[in-house]
Amino acid sequence: MNSFIGFVRKEFYHIFRDRRTMTILFGMPIIQILLFGFAIRNEIDEVKLAILDLSKDTITKEITDKLLSSGYFLGVRQLTAASEIDDAFKQGLIDEAILFEPNFGHQLLKDGSASVQIITDGSNPNVSRIVTGYTSAVLQQYQQELADMQNRKVLIQPEFTMLFNPELKSVYLFVPGLMALILLLVSALMTSITITREKEYGTMEILLVSPLRPYQIILGKVIPYLVLSFINVLTILITAQIVFGVPCKGSIVLLLAESFLYILTALSLGILISTIAASQQVAMMISLAGLLLPTVLLSGFVFPITSMPWPLELISNIIPAKWFLIIVRGLMLKGVGLEIFWKETLILFGMTVLLVVISVKKFKIRLT
Amino acid sequence: MSNAVVVIQNLSKTYGEISALHDINIKVMQGESFGLIGPDGAGKTTLFRILTTLLLPDSGSVAVCGFDVQKDYKAVRASIGYMPERFSLYQDLTVEENLAFFASVFGTTIRANYELIQDIYEQIEPFKNRRAGDLSGGMKQKLALSCALIHKPQVIFLDEPTTGVDAVSRKEFWQMLAKLKQSGITILVSTPYMDEAELCDRVALIQHGRIMDIDRPSAITSTFSGPLFALKSKQMYRLMRCLKAYEHTKSVFAFGDSIHYTDVRAENPIKAIRQHLQRHGFDDLEIEEIRPGIEDTFMALMEHKSESL
Repeated sequence: MNSFIGFVRKEFYHIFRDRRTMTILFGMPIIQILLFGFAIRNEIDEVKLAILDLSKDTITKEITDKLLSSGYFLGVRQLTAASEIDDAFKQGLIDEAILFEPNFGHQLLKDGSASVQIITDGSNPNVSRIVTGYTSAVLQQYQQELADMQNRKVLIQPEFTMLFNPELKSVYLFVPGLMALILLLVSALMTSITITREKEYGTMEILLVSPLRPYQIILGKVIPYLVLSFINVLTILITAQIVFGVPCKGSIVLLLAESFLYILTALSLGILISTIAASQQVAMMISLAGLLLPTVLLSGFVFPITSMPWPLELISNIIPAKWFLIIVRGLMLKGVGLEIFWKETLILFGMTVLLVVISVKKFKIRLT
Repeated sequence: MSNAVVVIQNLSKTYGEISALHDINIKVMQGESFGLIGPDGAGKTTLFRILTTLLLPDSGSVAVCGFDVQKDYKAVRASIGYMPERFSLYQDLTVEENLAFFASVFGTTIRANYELIQDIYEQIEPFKNRRAGDLSGGMKQKLALSCALIHKPQVIFLDEPTTGVDAVSRKEFWQMLAKLKQSGITILVSTPYMDEAELCDRVALIQHGRIMDIDRPSAITSTFSGPLFALKSKQMYRLMRCLKAYEHTKSVFAFGDSIHYTDVRAENPIKAIRQHLQRHGFDDLEIEEIRPGIEDTFMALMEHKSESL
């Protein structure tokens, strides 16, 4: 047991003394989250809005003024026909179109309810989600003011439509995807590199000859990264909460537990890579090309899986990040629990067990 | 009668088509210092890796401390110390941390076995807080030896420990090994340097995966047939060529700053050689008969082997 603790301590020395490792471990999550976060905020300040007012009454005028004075919108383009909307989006002239039905004000005052259509660009889900969020906030505020004035209930019914990607059910924030990416990078890449480094420096020969068992060597390598990755999860969540106000609607304990499981999956991937790769460079190449790229492209982080051609959709099933994304989005954004994503959790768990079994079997007690 | 610590019988190992080791038979006794001498690529590292259970033999049996390296590899690993050729320690750990790490990995502490490494470690102790990467070659090697010894192994395998180390450190290293031997540890050491062979109790000469001879260094040199001469001149290259063309030459090798030469003739040939070379314009020629060393014997054996093949 003492020898195992000595081994883990040595691994922490390696990590804390290598400036590059430390930068990747702790600098990257924060830099990434700020980059992603602020990139989104910049676009939000410049939302190009178009309004198609088929009613042209005082109430639609007031709502338009409210929207303009909110400060989120760059300029308003007045449209005259519904057919112009599609073209304006395609040419990139607008980010959002608001369509008031005919007799909007009349209906609202008479029947107490009227509908307004809000159309956004679904190919950019992040912008789309935040833009509709702002618009509905303005609408709700106006609805409240009007209700107080009229002293009765009024209901503005917004209908949201996303062009170009209409089947997209919910719009995703970047945090779940970023978590999946960073945890994979830290866990798989770093573990595979640190194990192959021992091979490259010839110290693995000594470790093999020592009384340490193979599982102790692997565990000793993995535990420090497990701890540090977990700290990363907390860093990302706290930064997202404080800087961008990203909520966690579901159970935070469950979120941490699921992250823990995903870290284990990534770590076992890293171990597997290290049993195949002979040098640090090979390990890095396999990790980056074989893990990072598919994770970015096929996990549903950037491109929705439902709109992929079926071969890619099939491949996406073996990408752990896909399942983790479903879980985290459900937890953070929808606030659902295990009863919804027990299947995804089970898949991640199965993957981890399989990877660990293969790695331990492939881990050589001798040189080849 | 002491026990055999390492017993190798009919060991062979091939890498695909290439035969790395061929029918090796070696017995190393307890407390012995045994040298494995041969050029690069002779099979020294392969043999050491088989002895340290890191590679499996194709055929033959290998036992270390009475345990079979294949079946009882765990027992073998528990009783040996190993210093691989490329062993570079952990560059980012300090001297003390490296030593403490290897002690803990082998389930012991620096203090428990300090006695054994004291002489060696005291020399690098002033630098114990320095990172291993910042040590000189000689100090690194002392630290590596300390790390290999920290768990008090019965037998220690040193694979080319002095390669790439300066002459003074090499000498010091062999003095340390001599002291270690007194504490009863069996030492197996490989080296490409022939001069180090004479510091071992017994040596095995290895070439192309075959053992050419195993004996005490003095016994090996005594197998050298015929008198050996060292020749010197300012024009070494021309001298070499001239001797190679000489009809009575048996063997001629460049040896540092002189040429080692043997003659086929039975009677003392010094006079005849001198006359022959003076005719070719070597006025500054120095020639004397010398005692053959391991390297001369090795060269002769190699020559003999390649003729018989």
